[in-house]
Amino acid sequence: MKRGVAVLTFPGSNGDTDALHAFQDQVGIAAELVDYRATSLAGFDAVVLPGGFSYGDYLRCGAIACFSPVVDALRAFALRGGPVLGICNGFQILMEAQLLPGALLKNQSLEFRSEWLHVRVESGNTPWTAAVKEREVLTLPVAHGLGNYYADPNTINRLREGARIIFRYCSATGEVDSDSNFNGSADNIAGICNAGRNVVGLMPHPERASDPLLGPTDGARLLRSIEMFLAVTA
Amino acid sequence: MTEMVWRVELVVLPKDGVNDPQGEAVKGGLDKLGHRTIERVRVGRHLQLDIRGTSESDVRAQVNLMAVQLLANQVIEQSSISAMSVLKSGEATG
Repeated sequence: MKRGVAVLTFPGSNGDTDALHAFQDQVGIAAELVDYRATSLAGFDAVVLPGGFSYGDYLRCGAIACFSPVVDALRAFALRGGPVLGICNGFQILMEAQLLPGALLKNQSLEFRSEWLHVRVESGNTPWTAAVKEREVLTLPVAHGLGNYYADPNTINRLREGARIIFRYCSATGEVDSDSNFNGSADNIAGICNAGRNVVGLMPHPERASDPLLGPTDGARLLRSIEMFLAVTA
Repeated sequence: MTEMVWRVELVVLPKDGVNDPQGEAVKGGLDKLGHRTIERVRVGRHLQLDIRGTSESDVRAQVNLMAVQLLANQVIEQSSISAMSVLKSGEATG
């Protein structure tokens, strides 16, 4: 392994130090904050786009962040198969940058929802799910006003057929139903991956479910996946 | 070629078929105020761009490209120019 995980920081990102702490202190893997003006991601093994309100959500969430110099480096990194994880606003940036399909609308309830909930792991085989099993139920927090995943029916079919829906909102016992779909997302989608399966985006915050001092730690297990993945592939 | 400055009013709205909870909430509010005649509300954005161009079609082409590249999310939004007018007649630059 080289430099470990690059946690990108945009103006308005607020989940960057939480992610850094989770990787360094809970998972025990090298991680660094990388400024949005950086033009290279050389030497890093994985990249994380953290949560927050980059550029104040101006125009659309994540729209302006796409034009940061570091996103050019990110595209090349992703094209070469490098593992990329987008958390919440990070997921939004990945979609605006067209590294993941679809878009995020306002939550059906129009409320900003900040709460613990459950997601089911629908599909593995990504660098970010190596430590969890398919059909496992994870307890994670969400905190967003625009998490309502939308894509046209053809895209949703492609995601289903390609096993690219990675996480779905579910009940505590793993039922994927309308009751557990708290934000109106198509097909209860909480996270997806790209065709190459190296880029994953999800709305819940694994970095906020990593420290036993603060509550459930299923998030640390997700993040530990990248350490397992890198150990095997390095 | 003479370059002029055009003021373009661009309207960005959710595509038909995309759920618009904001629009539904606004409709609900109007309904509570006693306005029962509303069939549908869609909420979007209005951008005003002052653009240099050589002709109306030149400016329209520029704006359409900008809409695709940034101003409207092509997955969930549609955009249209609702009005455009010459702000400043230019001097010949040819």
